[in-house]
Amino acid sequence: MGFLKSKSFSGGIHPPDSKKGTDQKAIEKCPLPPFVVIPVQQHIGAPSKPIVQKGDQVLSGQPVTESGGFVSVPSHASISGTVTAVEMRPHPLGAPVLSIVIESDGQDNRVPDIAYQDDYLNLDKKEMLARVQSAGLAGLGGATFPTHVKLSPPPDKTIEILIINGVECEPYLTSDHRLMLEQAEKIVSGMQLLVKILGVKKAYIGIEKNKPDAIRIMQGLIAKSGLPYAVVPLHVKYPQGAEKQLIKAITGRTVPAGRLPMDVGCVVQNVGTAAAVYDAIAFRQPLIERVVTVTGKGVKETKNVLTRIGTPFSYLFEFCGGLAEDTGKIIMGGPMMGLAQSSLEAPVIKGTSGLLVLNEHDSRRFKESVCISCARCIDVCPMGLLPKMLGAYVKAEYFDAAKKHNILDCIECGSCAYVCPAHINLVHLIKYGKSQVIKSMKKAG
Amino acid sequence: MDPLFIPSIIALGGMGLLFGAGLAFAAKKFAVEVDPRVAQIIEILPGANCGSCGRPGCSAYAEAVSSGALPPNRCTPGGKNVAERISSILGLVGVEMEEPKVAVVQCQGGKNEAVEKYLYEGIHDCNAAVLIGGGLKGCQYGCLGLGSCVKACPFDAMYMNDNGLPVVIEDKCTACGICVSTCPRGIMRLISRNQNVFLGCVSQEKLKAVKSVCTVGCFACKICVTPKVTPSEAIVMEGNLPVIKDIQNSELYEAVKKCPAGSYVIREKSKIPVEPEQV
Ligand code: SF4
Ligand code: SF4
Ligand code: SF4
Repeated sequence: MGFLKSKSFSGGIHPPDSKKGTDQKAIEKCPLPPFVVIPVQQHIGAPSKPIVQKGDQVLSGQPVTESGGFVSVPSHASISGTVTAVEMRPHPLGAPVLSIVIESDGQDNRVPDIAYQDDYLNLDKKEMLARVQSAGLAGLGGATFPTHVKLSPPPDKTIEILIINGVECEPYLTSDHRLMLEQAEKIVSGMQLLVKILGVKKAYIGIEKNKPDAIRIMQGLIAKSGLPYAVVPLHVKYPQGAEKQLIKAITGRTVPAGRLPMDVGCVVQNVGTAAAVYDAIAFRQPLIERVVTVTGKGVKETKNVLTRIGTPFSYLFEFCGGLAEDTGKIIMGGPMMGLAQSSLEAPVIKGTSGLLVLNEHDSRRFKESVCISCARCIDVCPMGLLPKMLGAYVKAEYFDAAKKHNILDCIECGSCAYVCPAHINLVHLIKYGKSQVIKSMKKAG
Repeated sequence: MDPLFIPSIIALGGMGLLFGAGLAFAAKKFAVEVDPRVAQIIEILPGANCGSCGRPGCSAYAEAVSSGALPPNRCTPGGKNVAERISSILGLVGVEMEEPKVAVVQCQGGKNEAVEKYLYEGIHDCNAAVLIGGGLKGCQYGCLGLGSCVKACPFDAMYMNDNGLPVVIEDKCTACGICVSTCPRGIMRLISRNQNVFLGCVSQEKLKAVKSVCTVGCFACKICVTPKVTPSEAIVMEGNLPVIKDIQNSELYEAVKKCPAGSYVIREKSKIPVEPEQV
């Protein structure tokens, strides 16, 4: 591809990308924290089950929980040391979660079986998948769906296309960007493995055009390796990185309402997950660290940090020079879809792509007024929904009507709430509506 | 009169007659047999459409009773009186009412007692708040204080007090159970009107985990289940919560006195079951 031709989807918004603070900063290694907190739930699906007790000695990379079912992954000790507690601890997703607390011995002794295996490409598919699961991989982009499940589609679905998601459309976040610049080889090797596991012919990597350096590096590397993959430069627009929008932009295929990417023959994996798949298969390296963008006006030194899973947020902020006086809000993830945090003791989990600290001014809230029927929300909704109607139905508690208007298709991207001049809490209303619709569907059986 | 009107009047009048006849015919031909007892029963029912009978509204329940699908004692707001009157219409005998019940609030952690973990500015509804980081209260079991139960109560039998906790007006409560199914935290519960003491906490946590977020939460010290307090085992521990087994035992008052957290509640109006007034 000579020039950067860009593709996209319909709808979407253009928030300021705010990535300047960190996109040129190389990934820095965070020193070992004095203790880590490993929650049993870091993925979507059944929680894992603790297999260590208070007082146990553990090595870095040793599993401390086992999967609680097929849609579940184990977690591993991310440092070596002593288990000091197995108890409820604050969790970035809200309610406290059972967690394994490990006090560091400062040695970081690793389990011995983590080692490079020359012929890893010749392993059979089953072994590869087993390694992916036992390494505890769950989508590093933030959705944390167990990777091995996504890679094991039911036999009646044929997968034709693998898409690697290097879009990073959330403002502020640069962890995937840096990963593409600094660990491109790993990502391409991971792609190679994913292509093998899925048995697909085509593989693409989608990157927004605001990362020309990443596009160049990935293109160069793929050309050099002679692999038949393609880099697809994408139009800069939010939410370009959402699965269904990415599939639409790259393949032109539309995932029907209520269906999954595999229904149109696609599997999407994040760049970070691709790199982790390579580590898991070639090294048997469990997922014990990840890159986190610590950014926003409220942090003294913004950084891209490679840190151990389980590192308390407070420790990470200390490493970044501490928080500013006028800190208003701390968000895990980006400003659009991230989750506001209520405790600094919550740990980094597998899906923590960033920590965004807003100052008081930026986290102020606007007073909600009445809908003026401007239809901006309708213009921007990438799912083609009518957010204004959904919001009104939920306010009136007409959940049946909301369901008829496909409330369950909302991906909670926040585009509608972003543009609404009346500052209506559309996403919260829709979230609430969805929960009520699901409740009544469960009741009806 | 303009003679032009005459044909129009005739035409319209004729059409009216024709359609009228058609409708009359349709009404006869497609008439649906209605059980006259259904109408009688609808008259008797309170008309609150609360759903406690398990049907979407009073008329649906009336149909279900007259067809025999449901027994006549399912209308909680109507109570014994309504059950007896329905039975007499249907010619049933020996209908027993269940023990009269009342709704209670099993959380005492209001603004003054319980810690809030963040500033909530979202939709004023408990079921919406619980989606944001698991709710605003430090205690993940406690009342969220946004009054969804109060909003849902069809009998105006609840209000929010200044401390941000719901209160049940026992005289008005018909034990329809709507508040119970509305509360995302399982705080509301129906208990027998003969039970005067209940536990005002549902936290499954213990010790520090409770004490750090609430001053009145049960922290599972187990004092109330010791033989000194309840020798006849009127209360037993199930997990981290004591459960009252003998609802009228006088030892319960001893537990109220001895509980260091003050988690037990004596019902405000411990009186004889009231007959709900007839609507
Ligand atoms: S309705 Fe949902 S999918 Fe559409 S813009 Fe709003 S949050 Fe996004
Ligand atoms: S953007 Fe806001 S004001 Fe405009 S139509 Fe949508 S809800 Fe109404
Ligand atoms: S009892 Fe339940 S529904 Fe009522 S205010 Fe408390 S949390 Fe909300």
